[in-house]
Amino acid sequence: MIALTHAGYLAAGWLGTAALVGGYALVVLRRGRRLSRHVPTEERRWS
Amino acid sequence: MTATTPAGPPSGPPPTAPAAGAAGAASTAGGDAGRRPPAGAGPAHTGSAATRVIGWLALASLALLVLYGLIISPADREMDDVVRLMYVHVPSATYLYLGCFLTTLASGMWLWKRTPGWDALAETGAEVALVFAFVTLLTGSLWGRPTWGTYWTWDARLTTTAVLTALLAGYLALRRLDVDPDARSTRAAVVGLLLVPNVVIVNRSVEWWRSLHQSATLARIDPTIEGDMLVALMVGFLALGLVFAWLTIHRFRVAWLEQQADRVDLDAALAARRAEAADGDPHEKVTPA
Amino acid sequence: MWRDATLVAGRDLRVEARSRVTVNQVAPFALLVLILFAFALDPEGPVLERATPGLYWVTVLFSALLAIARSAKLDEADGVRDALRLSALDPAGVFAGKALAVAAELVALELLLGAGVVVLYGADPAGVGLLVATCAAATAAVATAGTLYGALVSGLRVRETLLPLLLLPVLAPVLIGATRAFDAALGGVPADGWPWCGLLAAFAVLYSVAGALAYGTLLEGS
Repeated sequence: MIALTHAGYLAAGWLGTAALVGGYALVVLRRGRRLSRHVPTEERRWS
Repeated sequence: MTATTPAGPPSGPPPTAPAAGAAGAASTAGGDAGRRPPAGAGPAHTGSAATRVIGWLALASLALLVLYGLIISPADREMDDVVRLMYVHVPSATYLYLGCFLTTLASGMWLWKRTPGWDALAETGAEVALVFAFVTLLTGSLWGRPTWGTYWTWDARLTTTAVLTALLAGYLALRRLDVDPDARSTRAAVVGLLLVPNVVIVNRSVEWWRSLHQSATLARIDPTIEGDMLVALMVGFLALGLVFAWLTIHRFRVAWLEQQADRVDLDAALAARRAEAADGDPHEKVTPA
Repeated sequence: MWRDATLVAGRDLRVEARSRVTVNQVAPFALLVLILFAFALDPEGPVLERATPGLYWVTVLFSALLAIARSAKLDEADGVRDALRLSALDPAGVFAGKALAVAAELVALELLLGAGVVVLYGADPAGVGLLVATCAAATAAVATAGTLYGALVSGLRVRETLLPLLLLPVLAPVLIGATRAFDAALGGVPADGWPWCGLLAAFAVLYSVAGALAYGTLLEGS
């Protein structure tokens, strides 16, 4: 894989995407957990 | 109802690029490490059987994408390996538009039916779309640099995406306002409803504008693309599609919880006021909701 | 509906006539922007001349933001909103009236700026028909979209910063279209410009309808 040309750009692109998507996923999950503690179970519609 | 909690952030360096981020986050499945919420409280997170399935499928397809995108598929004749960014860029742009479409649809439905679920979906679509917008801009810009020498070519797609990012930012800013929720949702819904029409108009005018200059167009992925490159692109669509679905479901539930939390807070505040009044302060008046 | 529109437009314009904000503040601001552009770009070289259509329309857009903000502010005062609702004026008429008032102010500004670029940038106003049509269509586009978004941010504490953020991306196609049409007119190839003019007209129609439909809902909310 190191034989790829423009490896720097590829790395920046793919890793950057991972960071954006992964970071956002973490933020959403954390918010979800924080809010879940706040809200009684009956209000939820998923298990 | 299993009260599983996610295993937390991935330990150690991520094995391969895109799998990394989604890995730690998506593993609400399996890992029963960590605390358990108090008995009877129900799951303290937005996960469910559906998201676990989607999450694992997303991870698997992301791994497949890395395999095909970075390894198996060949380098392009003209673009060299930089074409591999397209396997992320093109699907990402597509899901950006899908998110916008969701927001517009949900905004319209909310204005019509006024059920809070639509309002939550509208917000969700825009936020997830914004994430994909950044991915699209990043990958597009990085593609441009080795290919055309600059990070930004006023390519039709990139330019439209940039304007679209601004539109989404404006919409989300409007959503965060500290006003009466109903008014806020109504105003946001009008903006949201106009989102897709605006995107279409912007897209048409920018494309027309750039076509006047015969300028560099970003990977109109060669329609005769075939073989492993086509497979890689398809896997890209699949993987990012699953990621989109996973993010949308979780984010929607967060929005839903936020609405419930507001109500819970309101109920609690009212109860506290009534309790004060019941304590017999003759100067206090109880005003019902 | 048109009677209501005339009523509201008349009211808005009368307020403007008495306070003269557009004349005293927005117009000088617009001319100032033109001058600033000349400072920023070398007036000796060809840059300013080639950029004239774009600079003209950017200046119009920035000035429009001020005019629209002001138009929206007229209805924010205590009780005006309620008065509008209770008066049984057709909301679509109210929208049309406000948009017309803004359009009138914008037309005045555009004429002024037109004179400005002729004098300051040495522009040669060829292809007048196309220029006029473009101005009409673009003004309609800006006024209708602007009035709608002005109402959307009306009454909010952050409206000064939110209005540009919401409105400018929406108006980007108007900028593109108007500039290209002006390019064509001033460059002596009007045939190239008329399609852009058509785009502007379509945009104006879309936002006229959107605004007329949405204004009622927006007046209802707080």
